[in-house]
Amino acid sequence: MITLRVDGQDITASPGQTILEAAVAAGIRIPTLCHLKGLTPRGACRICLVEVKNWNGRLVPACATPAEQGLDIVAHSQRLRDLRRTILELLFAERNHVCAFCVSNGHCELQTLAAEHGMEHVRFPYRFPALPLDASHPKYGIDHSRCVLCGRCVRACSEVEGAMTWGFSGRGIHTLVEADLGDPWGKSKTCTGCGKCVQACPTGALFERGKATSEQVKKGELVAEVTERRPRVQG
Amino acid sequence: MVNQKEHLQRVLEPYTHRPAELIQALHKVQSALGYVPRWAQVQVAEVLGVPPAQVRGVITFYHLFRQQPVGKHTVRVCMGTACHVRGAQRVLQAVEEETKAPAGKTSPDGAFTVEVVRCLGACGLAPVMMVDDEVSGRLDPRKARKVIQEVGRGT
Ligand code: SF4
Ligand code: SF4
Ligand code: FES
Ligand code: FES
Repeated sequence: MITLRVDGQDITASPGQTILEAAVAAGIRIPTLCHLKGLTPRGACRICLVEVKNWNGRLVPACATPAEQGLDIVAHSQRLRDLRRTILELLFAERNHVCAFCVSNGHCELQTLAAEHGMEHVRFPYRFPALPLDASHPKYGIDHSRCVLCGRCVRACSEVEGAMTWGFSGRGIHTLVEADLGDPWGKSKTCTGCGKCVQACPTGALFERGKATSEQVKKGELVAEVTERRPRVQG
Repeated sequence: MVNQKEHLQRVLEPYTHRPAELIQALHKVQSALGYVPRWAQVQVAEVLGVPPAQVRGVITFYHLFRQQPVGKHTVRVCMGTACHVRGAQRVLQAVEEETKAPAGKTSPDGAFTVEVVRCLGACGLAPVMMVDDEVSGRLDPRKARKVIQEVGRGT
């Protein structure tokens, strides 16, 4: 058993657990975006940054950093709140997050985080990129304007469904989540139509077609429910 | 095409079921064909046993992989600092118009591929471009157009 301290509270972790997992188990909430229980950590969004006091105040992503004996961690402070808000502002400025016109309005993780962090306005100029919406799939759609490149869909599809349909194409802010060789989703030969990616998506980027905004509630916890029922592979 | 596919099959043979060697395999494809067309991407995915999405991820991440054939002539317009401050942007625009190939692309007639590079090491001659192996310097849009026209006539 490992013992560490988060926000002055002594907590325990089992070997292999991340700082985030140990904190959550102890009832301490750390905001996350790219993390989804049941998927491998990616450390893509940095919303979960925490400060490690005994590592010279270094900032590490709680979701992707193993809990270690004796760590003294700050998970909530004005500095972290400001950093998290800045990250959120950058995400909003990067694509077209026009909540009023989004299918996920009211149940979007990005929107909730922004509200929690008191993000009243964005200090960066909006880029307003012209991004496509792919409605070629009979059941689902993907609107790149709302994508935060968290990779939850990519991981859900490869790690849970095993279809490996989604991948990232391009790089930097021009990265797009695309199916197979960049094909329209509806033409994908690998997609089974299971919808796991849609449930895993934190925003309105992946959505169910023909559903009203009020019904567009994601069930991200499905992913962990599936993976937890799987037999453990003895390593 | 059938021949090309068979040829590629031989090129890819050593990479059968070797997903970790995706990048090397793509290099081989590119040196065999000059670019990595879609049909070759499908073949790479099948032979190596990697998801198509991963093949696409690698090809679009590394700028050195091409998905379009290269033109007969390659024009490299320098956009390094020295060339930039001496009007390389206007030179590039002229080159794009004259060749009908937007930067990074090949003209519809297959005559030119236009690339943007960062410093050709000839800053004293800025703005500079290279057409195949020939360097031309102290360019302005008019001069650049002339160079392209001359090369174009030679083909
Ligand atoms: S619907 Fe299922 S198989 Fe298709 S892309 Fe989404 S997760 Fe993958
Ligand atoms: S489509 Fe959704 S789940 Fe996939 S990377 Fe974008 S925001 Fe994340
Ligand atoms: S939730 Fe940890 S980096 Fe995204
Ligand atoms: S900047 Fe163009 S040659 Fe150096």
